Amino acid sequence: MEPHIPTALDRQLTLDAQRWLTDAVARVGQDPAAVRTVFPAVGRHCGRGPLAAGWTVADAARARLVAALPLRGVALAEEVTDLHRYGDAAEQRAVLRSLALLDEADASFADLGLPLVRAALRGNDTDLIEAALGPYAARRLDHDGYRHAVLKCVFCGIPLDRIAGLDERADRELARMLADFAHERVAAGRDVPADIWPVVRAHPGTLEASGLPEETDSPVPERRDAAVRALAAFTATAPAGAA
Amino acid sequence: MRIFDPHIHMTSRTTDDYEAMYAAGVRALVEPSFWLGQPRTSVDSFTDYFDALLGWEPYRAAQFGIQHYCTIALNPKEANDPRCAGVLDVLPRYLAKDRVVAVGEIGYDSMTPEEDVALARQLELAVEHDLPAMVHTPHRDKAVGTRRTLDVVRESGIPPEHVLVDHLNELTVSQVADSGCWMGFSIYPDTKMSEDRMVRILQEHGTERMLVNSAADWGRSDPLKTRKTADAMLAAGFDDDTVDQVMWRNPVAFYGQSGRLDLEDVKPDDTSLYQGNSIKRGGE
Repeated sequence: MEPHIPTALDRQLTLDAQRWLTDAVARVGQDPAAVRTVFPAVGRHCGRGPLAAGWTVADAARARLVAALPLRGVALAEEVTDLHRYGDAAEQRAVLRSLALLDEADASFADLGLPLVRAALRGNDTDLIEAALGPYAARRLDHDGYRHAVLKCVFCGIPLDRIAGLDERADRELARMLADFAHERVAAGRDVPADIWPVVRAHPGTLEASGLPEETDSPVPERRDAAVRALAAFTATAPAGAA
Repeated sequence: MRIFDPHIHMTSRTTDDYEAMYAAGVRALVEPSFWLGQPRTSVDSFTDYFDALLGWEPYRAAQFGIQHYCTIALNPKEANDPRCAGVLDVLPRYLAKDRVVAVGEIGYDSMTPEEDVALARQLELAVEHDLPAMVHTPHRDKAVGTRRTLDVVRESGIPPEHVLVDHLNELTVSQVADSGCWMGFSIYPDTKMSEDRMVRILQEHGTERMLVNSAADWGRSDPLKTRKTADAMLAAGFDDDTVDQVMWRNPVAFYGQSGRLDLEDVKPDDTSLYQGNSIKRGGE
């Protein structure tokens, strides 16, 4: 979790909400099963509004409850997986946002949260997909899984600057996938989201290999025009990693 | 006219029903969990059902400008099935959810020992979670079943004003009125209770602690019975304020004891999605 989130949470909570959360954290610390009834109730007691960096007040309060669980490894993963299983969208989102925190606090947690990330990536809820693609997914997803997650975001219209680790993890294969995606869009006479271009630009040759540039000679006017627009956007983009 | 249907099973109704209910004045409702018309065979099928009552169904209702709340419980009929009784262990997770405004439907079906255990345990859960309880009375041997229900309620220690005893009729209303519990009436097309009989009960027993519902489900039933009863009340000489008390303020007061009712108008919004899915068909 971004270090300023806990501070922002403390500033935003009312006195009553602080008292409730402190008590809930203490109960979870003594009896991990208590999390099963306090975790769903967070929105009512602490609020649901935005906090900072894409986190809501409820996300941050729920992260604090999960972090208070006196469990490790498989037992921790089971409790958290059940919170996700029985959670509504807001609870699932908080579980996903908490994964990095659990991973950092407990080395034996490791990959045990990945099934939850993959479940979010299988769904169509953009809020959950975005929450799933935080620092935990950036560290833990394998190459193929990470690349497909990026492509899923492009398909769902999630801006790529909202997902963690793209600068470090974008590779030539991802650039190829995105260039092929761009070609497909152009062949349909459609525009391409601008935020894929830095990744493609950083891997010279991938755009040419996709066949997109030849679309400028297409006999179909919509394809030709879409290709011209895409190439102009590509040329105007600095490659990822360039200052 | 504003109407709050305190008992209706919307998962088995169509979008046409939502449209007609909104047009008739329904702005909020409570969907109690019950059985499916055929037996469940595992706890998992309960949890999928609870998830729908808390997820997809409120989303669907909101598309038509209606606030959807629910009650969660192991229903009396399935309390007798050992494959289902394990759901009691997962109920606490669901009773903590924002849109759960009572424990229910609980109560008796055939008055078996298993039903005794489930009823007592779930009244305990209502007390633990500071929630009202919505209690169904049996359709067979109703007078005896209602008396026994009230005995168990009394023994449980739950305050009577936290309890709604439902599916009442001319022969069971008095004992519930005397108990201090709220009184629920399900108005059905042919049997059990009609609009005109309901009006006579209100004339005789007054309108305090009285709730009227359609109990519409997948059987022969009518989701507009609340409105039809309201019209029958007006025709019989009740004034607008009394109709509003029965059709809106009473259910709001009863379920409001959960602290979880938030009755701001829902604006129908055909662009929103639930888990990325919508109620539109075709054209996507």
